[in-house]
Amino acid sequence: MAEILASVIDGVLIGAVYGLAAMGLTLIWGVMNVINLSHGAIIVFGMFALYSLSPMLGLNPYAALPIGVVIGFVAGMLLYWVAVHRVIGRPPLMSLLSTFAVNMVLIGLGTAFWSTSPYNVPVWLPSVSWQGYTYTGTHIMAAVLAAVIAGLLYLLLYRTRIGKAIRAVSANRAAAELSGIPTTQMLALSFGLGVTLAFASGMLIATLFPFTVLSGGAYQLKSFVVTVLGGLGNPAGALLGGIFLGLIEGVATPFMPVSWMPMIEFTLFVIVLIAFPRGIFSYSRT
Amino acid sequence: MQLPRLCLVAAATVALASPALAADSDTLTIGFTVSQTGKLNTDSIAQMRGFDLWRDEVNAKGGIKVGDKDYKINFVSYDDESQNGRVQQLYTRLITQDKAQFLFSPYSSGLTATAAIISEQYGKVMLTSGAAEEKTYELGNKDLFQVYSPAAQYLAAALHALREKDPNAKIAFVYEDDPFSKAVTHAVRDLAVKEHTAVVLDEAYSGSTADFGPIINKIIASKADALLGGGHYADGSTLARQLHDQKANLKWVTLLVAPDSPNFAGLGDAATNISVPSQWEPQVRFTPDFGPTAQEFSKAFNAKYGVDAGYHAAGGYAVGLILQHAMEQAGSIDPDKVAAALNQMDVTTMFGRTKFATDATEHGLQIGHDMVLAQWQMKDGKLTKEVIWPAAGKTADIVMN
Repeated sequence: MAEILASVIDGVLIGAVYGLAAMGLTLIWGVMNVINLSHGAIIVFGMFALYSLSPMLGLNPYAALPIGVVIGFVAGMLLYWVAVHRVIGRPPLMSLLSTFAVNMVLIGLGTAFWSTSPYNVPVWLPSVSWQGYTYTGTHIMAAVLAAVIAGLLYLLLYRTRIGKAIRAVSANRAAAELSGIPTTQMLALSFGLGVTLAFASGMLIATLFPFTVLSGGAYQLKSFVVTVLGGLGNPAGALLGGIFLGLIEGVATPFMPVSWMPMIEFTLFVIVLIAFPRGIFSYSRT
Repeated sequence: MQLPRLCLVAAATVALASPALAADSDTLTIGFTVSQTGKLNTDSIAQMRGFDLWRDEVNAKGGIKVGDKDYKINFVSYDDESQNGRVQQLYTRLITQDKAQFLFSPYSSGLTATAAIISEQYGKVMLTSGAAEEKTYELGNKDLFQVYSPAAQYLAAALHALREKDPNAKIAFVYEDDPFSKAVTHAVRDLAVKEHTAVVLDEAYSGSTADFGPIINKIIASKADALLGGGHYADGSTLARQLHDQKANLKWVTLLVAPDSPNFAGLGDAATNISVPSQWEPQVRFTPDFGPTAQEFSKAFNAKYGVDAGYHAAGGYAVGLILQHAMEQAGSIDPDKVAAALNQMDVTTMFGRTKFATDATEHGLQIGHDMVLAQWQMKDGKLTKEVIWPAAGKTADIVMN
């Protein structure tokens, strides 16, 4: 029983970070109908941003987080104007190809700078032990920060005029344009926010696990599963989806080989897509 | 009319100056791929550095003397990105386009199994290092020669050392789901069962695993005293760090490959007392029949690269030495004569003894070389790697957690 509880707690802690990563993906999809295939590479750049700011420059990893958030936002806006703006409103294949190209460019640049060797950001926080199981301080801190960032996003989207404008563009771009909302700026802002969330999740993941330039693929796949669980275009659902995925991993792993988890996750992915296309947290089936 | 003629002359000049055409008949071309990128790059680059050091030393001395000729060594290599598909494509290219006369293997059992299909298809002699899985050598290959000890030997020493310190230890086997790690771990698991040692967990994981939390919870729940397993550098170093962070409280941890790298010491406390089966350690005191001693090799390697040599680097250097010796013994670079010399070989180098099986059922399998068990130990606040097994060759006593 203690093992199951330990696995569930671990699952929820890491699930919150997966949820944060997926929020970036789902925000971009929800507002501009773009599936960002450079999401994994951006997560990796978040990891390396922390590596550059913390061990190399000597900053505390958590103090480096706000700096990383600003870098992520600027990079996201830049990326929007370079690779996404021209393909908005065109067939979905165009944006898929464009963001996939960005993904390849980023991985190529990352490989040139850092090779594909593993990197590690040493972080020490006191841990909590209970019945022989230890919950590391870094996991607890990452989950708390993921929840705080998700809360800030909620406040931005639902308690500010900019958030209202973003939601208006997401609901109906033409109507928003007629109401005087600068829709292009809102799209750029949304993409910047999406990239910032991916960047921040990458920084938090780097405090937990070693990483390489190629680590992003696994987190991108998890983000897709979480996004579908939570409902495409629903940032709050993504956070809950991440925690739900963590819970499933926690409950299942004591009873089966851990290597089966990807199979279970993707089976769930297909079932949810078919049975609950708006995500498991939506009230109505479509 | 002048311009086309000028172009023709320029083209002819460039062609004559190109390395492929300019190479004279006294140059020997050896082809191989290196995982410059991808998950195997740490170990593969170390192996390549071993190759490079051997080539540079040979060329500095005027080449390999075969009969009355001196052959300089020319390497042709490509980045296989740690992918089987690339290995298949590139070894074909090395043979058909680059005209490699001999081949070295890529790093890892999985990639070597793919390269061996190509080398055998074209009848090229290929010496393998970083490829311990036995299966590849049991397929009737004729021109494949293994320099490493086979996979079954990797963890046997760890099991025996553990049983000597704690005969009742309960063991968890946690290993990467790849051909090499599975072959190694399954062999020692069967040995443990045969010797009535309690096996409380048997769990494979994907090589891309970053979060070992669920597996570590299983290890804690199993009440294991010891963990044997791992895979390669990326996953092994991650597992070691998380075992430490999550306070798995194991008395004994032996991981494959990763702790052999000097980079492993960067894990600090997480690396302490972790042991690794090693094909070679700088402290070994073999008396070589030819070539440098282990200490001379270590010194030269450190002078060239500024880092200490691990067994991947030493293995890379050793394949060069062995191929060189085979050619010198054969008095020819004819592949059949070199293969015959390799079949007859029973020598000791800085890497230890080398002898290849000549039986058709396991031709090329290494049957002469022995492994050692090394352990990272904290001494005066500094991590050092000590040989702890076999007892006859140890440089320090075994330390349990």
